[in-house]
Amino acid sequence: MSNLLSSLRVALATMAICVAGYTAVILGFAQALTPTSANGSLITNDAGTVVGSRLIAQAFSSPEYVWPRPSAVDYDAGGAGGSNLSPANPQITARAQELISAHGGASVDAPIPADLVTASGAGLDPHISLEGALFQAARVAEARGVEVSAIERMIEERAVTPGGPFTAGRIVNVLDLNLTLDADLAAPAASQ
Amino acid sequence: MTRPTSSMFSRELAGEALRQSFVKLDPKYLIRNPVMFTTSIVAVLVTVLFLRTLVTGQGDPVFEAQLVLWLWLTVLFGNFAEALAEGRGKAQAASLRSTKAELEGKRLKGERTETVAASSLRAGDIVLVETGDLIPADGEVIGGVASVNEAAITGESAPVIREAGGDRSAVTAGTRVISDWIKVKVTAEPGEGFLDRMIALVEGASRAKTPNEIALTVLLTGLTLIFLVAVGTLPAFAAYVGGSIAVPVLVALFVALIPTTISALLSAIGIAGMDRLIRFNVLAKSGRAVEAAGDIDTLLLDKTGTITLGDRQATEFMPLSGIREADLVGAARLASLADETPEGRSIVALAGAGETMPGSAAPVAFTAQTRVSGIDIGDRSIRKGAVDAVLRLHDFDPGSVRELKSLTDKISRAGGTPLAVADGNRLLGAVYLKDIVKAGIKERFAELRRMGIRTVMITGDNPLTAAAIAAESGVDDFLAEATPEDKLELIRKEQTGGKLVAMCGDGTNDAPALAQSDVGVAMNTGTQAAREAGNMVDLDNNPTKLIEVVGIGKQLLMTRGALTTFSISNDVAKYFAILPAIFVALYPGLGALNVMNLASPESAILSAIIFNALIIPLLVPLAIRGVSYRPQSAARLLVRNLGIYGVGGLVVPFVGIKLIDMAVSGLGLA
Amino acid sequence: MEHIVVVTLIIGGTALLSLPLGTYMAWAMDPGSTSPRGTRFTALFERVAGPGAATGQSWQRYLATLLMFNVVMFSVSFAILALQQHLPLNPDGKGALDPTLIFNTAASFTTNTNLQHYSGEVSMSYLSQLAALMWLQFVSAATGIAALAALARGIAGRETIGSFVVDVQRASFLVLLPLCLLVAPVMVLLGMPMTLQGAVQATTLEGAAQTISRGPVTAFLTIKQLGTNGGGFFGPNSTHPLENPSFWTNALAMIAIILVPMACVWMFGRIIGRMRHATVVFAVMTLFLLVKIGAAVTFEAAPTAALTGLPVAESSNLEGKELRLGATTGPLWAVLTTSTSNGSVGAMHDSLNPLTGLVPMAGMWLNATFGGVGVGMINMFLYIIVAVFVAGMMVGRTPEYLGHRIEAKEMRLAVLALFVHAFLILGGTALFAATPWGQSAVQDAGAHGFSEILYEFSSASANNGSGFEGLGDGSWAFNIATGIVMLVGRFLPIILPIAIVGSLMAKRRAAESSGTLGVEDATFGSMLAITVVIFGALTFLPAAALGPIAEHVSLP
Repeated sequence: MSNLLSSLRVALATMAICVAGYTAVILGFAQALTPTSANGSLITNDAGTVVGSRLIAQAFSSPEYVWPRPSAVDYDAGGAGGSNLSPANPQITARAQELISAHGGASVDAPIPADLVTASGAGLDPHISLEGALFQAARVAEARGVEVSAIERMIEERAVTPGGPFTAGRIVNVLDLNLTLDADLAAPAASQ
Repeated sequence: MTRPTSSMFSRELAGEALRQSFVKLDPKYLIRNPVMFTTSIVAVLVTVLFLRTLVTGQGDPVFEAQLVLWLWLTVLFGNFAEALAEGRGKAQAASLRSTKAELEGKRLKGERTETVAASSLRAGDIVLVETGDLIPADGEVIGGVASVNEAAITGESAPVIREAGGDRSAVTAGTRVISDWIKVKVTAEPGEGFLDRMIALVEGASRAKTPNEIALTVLLTGLTLIFLVAVGTLPAFAAYVGGSIAVPVLVALFVALIPTTISALLSAIGIAGMDRLIRFNVLAKSGRAVEAAGDIDTLLLDKTGTITLGDRQATEFMPLSGIREADLVGAARLASLADETPEGRSIVALAGAGETMPGSAAPVAFTAQTRVSGIDIGDRSIRKGAVDAVLRLHDFDPGSVRELKSLTDKISRAGGTPLAVADGNRLLGAVYLKDIVKAGIKERFAELRRMGIRTVMITGDNPLTAAAIAAESGVDDFLAEATPEDKLELIRKEQTGGKLVAMCGDGTNDAPALAQSDVGVAMNTGTQAAREAGNMVDLDNNPTKLIEVVGIGKQLLMTRGALTTFSISNDVAKYFAILPAIFVALYPGLGALNVMNLASPESAILSAIIFNALIIPLLVPLAIRGVSYRPQSAARLLVRNLGIYGVGGLVVPFVGIKLIDMAVSGLGLA
Repeated sequence: MEHIVVVTLIIGGTALLSLPLGTYMAWAMDPGSTSPRGTRFTALFERVAGPGAATGQSWQRYLATLLMFNVVMFSVSFAILALQQHLPLNPDGKGALDPTLIFNTAASFTTNTNLQHYSGEVSMSYLSQLAALMWLQFVSAATGIAALAALARGIAGRETIGSFVVDVQRASFLVLLPLCLLVAPVMVLLGMPMTLQGAVQATTLEGAAQTISRGPVTAFLTIKQLGTNGGGFFGPNSTHPLENPSFWTNALAMIAIILVPMACVWMFGRIIGRMRHATVVFAVMTLFLLVKIGAAVTFEAAPTAALTGLPVAESSNLEGKELRLGATTGPLWAVLTTSTSNGSVGAMHDSLNPLTGLVPMAGMWLNATFGGVGVGMINMFLYIIVAVFVAGMMVGRTPEYLGHRIEAKEMRLAVLALFVHAFLILGGTALFAATPWGQSAVQDAGAHGFSEILYEFSSASANNGSGFEGLGDGSWAFNIATGIVMLVGRFLPIILPIAIVGSLMAKRRAAESSGTLGVEDATFGSMLAITVVIFGALTFLPAAALGPIAEHVSLP
């Protein structure tokens, strides 16, 4: 009986300190120092509407936007998830074929970067590889009626190495890039 | 008992072992070894399946027949190993038993004696044993003196004296009185005597599993259960892909994986270890004692007879100033001419040639009261003896006394024993009697130290002398002026520090210490009390053997450990033989796991099972002989044994199974 | 090259950090009577615990208290989960949960497993996440550390093995909480969310609506990693960009995963006063860890098999991986999270290349390459007992571990514990592989589907919590079966080793000499490594052959 009583007292103490106390401290710290990222790195437009989160991929299918990686959950940021397909699963093959044709085809000489045809872990990967972005530059340029090189320059400017010296490739934040595209280049009337 | 000269596999022994292999198929017997019992159940199961195959005609009767054969052989080989190990003891037991059968005693009833069978003698009965008689029961001499031939027990034909009182009063059933007579009070109830115990021991009948053996059996049984799960779940896994695995194949995998090798040899190793000890003329009262010998941390060794030769030797004559050395030598020689003790003889030998004993001389013998001996030639009286005893003989010149004392102190400090020599009222000097440390003993102690065993010398000498001998012999520590109580105290202290202690002893006053020690080796010449108290009896009465006994204990455990390691390591190769054979039907690509490139699935399975069976008889010599053992530190032993039996256990079956596979497929057996 | 640098920095750096942390933990868990501050803490914790806090308990009492506390843990969290729809801190109005899911989840977090048959952002209120799940992440980890401290005290030959209700507070307040308070702010500064606001509705650039779930992620994530819990705030765990926003949060999380398990080895060494022995154990664990990392990184460099023949640029397998985390992350994290019993994921394990997928399974089968906080070292203790027994015989003595004789009773308990792990994994897999419970739940047919079931039970028994998430494991059958497996797989491997130590404590301790088996040299290390492989891995070879290996050899 004294075991139960002691256990309850310790449960109460840990609940108070490790749950209530700890949460309060970290919450206060985060809201005070980094309110933007603490609340989900949200991006608001001039009208004050939330257009998304810098960290969360959103669906893009119009030709004038750079498209993100495929999502197994259709970019549902309220119920994220990966495809969980075995890497040998034919569904991956089928999905890749679909995406290759959506991206206007690819060939052995101009292959599509792998990240554009593979689903990420959470289905919300906000990035694509620099190559993946450049692969789409021509389509975006055409849709927006600008020089491909202009798009490529904008892409290059936004490419980062995520881990500095510890990672090899460069990546581009899709939402960020698309916001810049919209801001810097007038969108063609067709897509309005 | 005769010392073994027969080879390990004499024809009669092998024949009897073969018969026993089948007798031991009795489930009541097999169940004592869970792994082999499991194997036999599997063998029964596969036999039944084989018979069903014969009846129904579905399946592969040739393959299954071979499986049945080799599974049963696995069990039989295990039985054979055990029977062979027991066999040699049984032969000895048989001769002892025939000795026992003919024993009868002359029981004293008042003044008359009646001849009765030994089996009807009870503790407390008194029997008369005369020249030519066999002593009918273990007992204590209560009257008379006799010389007794104990060859039946010890193999040593030189007779020993047995008399009432003191440390030479114990007699053993089956030994023969060869002169005079003794009255013996029986101390053992029928069936509980030394001879009975010895028969049981060499026969292995009373062999209870030792603690280590039980623990190992637990591990092996646990492994068997684990592999039961690993193999038992395979049908469900196969069902998932819509396949199935034939039961004979499945159980073949199971038998190959469970540690049959070590389990089959386990009891042979234990019996052979006891047997090695017996052939070394040491009787352990239990297997537990043999194992404990391997665990010994501290060895208590009596100085005399173990570390030093039994007798002191005169090595130097040391005259006082103003005395000619020749005078001292001459006097000491004369005083020792009639002295038949080894010390006396060594003085004469050291002195060299000199005058013979004059006819008028009257030798004066040593008595416990005077503690001096010597010779009277006319009115000249020469004495030699312990310093204080000689000094009490006269009022010697104080200057000489002082000088003698400083001389003799020096001798003591050097580890020697001084004898003072006086000629009338004149002190001549001292004789330096030296303890001679046995040749090679220092190296033995160094060896023991490497094995992590501490040696302690027990001696009645004073601390000065003891320290000197300890230093010379290289013993780690010593207990000087030791009484039996001191010895007991020392053992207790060591044990409180977590150490296991071994000692040997023979006297009744050694009994408590023998009983307290973890391994107590009683000398066979010792008293009944000592023999009861110890857990081993040394039939040769050689205290140095304690060191070898430790080695035998270690070797026993090492053999078990080495074969366990070997047995378990074998599983890797067996997996690679059988798994691809089973799974290739489910996933053809898994044929890639067939790294040994075995001919066919059936051949692979058979080869693994054949290897599994054949390795048992191949390892029987090793199990019975024990792995080679040199005294080394534990770290080196582990490197060595892990290298040989661990790595060997990984490699050997790959080679073996491949060779068997070539034979099996070559002969078209599968 | 990039791989080697990342692995070296993370493993090497954490190993260096673990040494002082281990020393600190030894003090925190076992201050003795000479440290005035330690004594004050002990007195305080005894006051908090009240009447049950006897200063020294018998091993039976210690275990009884441990189990009682865990019953309270289970019951309280069960109640919170069951009532979440009526309780506060539920801004998104999460509804009631399925009873078998509640059982499974309470069992999962009580046992430090964090197997999740739900998706956090879909099903759990913030109160459930914090007061039920995060609370359990603290106290279940503390239970493991307490059990290890008790085990070490027994081996050290103390008179008692301590008091559980005091130990669990020491582990919570002196070890886990301070570490969290150090790590969580860094995570916040690196951009991780920490908010009590509910999900936000966004209107995407293309005009679609997107619901973005968020929450008090940082607090949750930090203890999830430091306590080898692994339960994600979001369904996809640490692949979710809000739970792992950058390469740097990812690197720090990997350090947090392995740090305390590493330090536990040193803590064990300090308490038993045998740091050289701890070094040997640490070296063996590190060896296994590096071999697994090497294998996983190599296997995962192969491209996604399904893309063979398509005009796709050459690349490592990117299915289920996040680009910002770097190419090493998938395999490295997969190894770390399954070597420890963490179970959080930085890539989708189900989508790992077949042989890569075998590596995390092997990690869970061994379950002692650092392992769960506290319990990993306890598992290694079982292997040590077996290794000491076999090696001890080979040096010709009754086997001894640091002067404790290993006899039939200890052997029985150790072998039972090893048996249970194999039985739970293989038995559970067999049951589900042969029945529709498993067969209808797998996502991919054939060998991969088998791997999904095998992984699930490995994860449950090893108290890991990661999964081949393609498996439809939310059924009542999986909820109940894995719930039971987790409970048995948690408590027997704590009870049995402590019973072993209890039995050892009752015996006279043997002196050590050059004739006794040394446990402080490379030879013993090799012996231990071989024992781990043979007893931990060999049993699973048939299952591995029919799962990942069969899948690999069947690749086109």
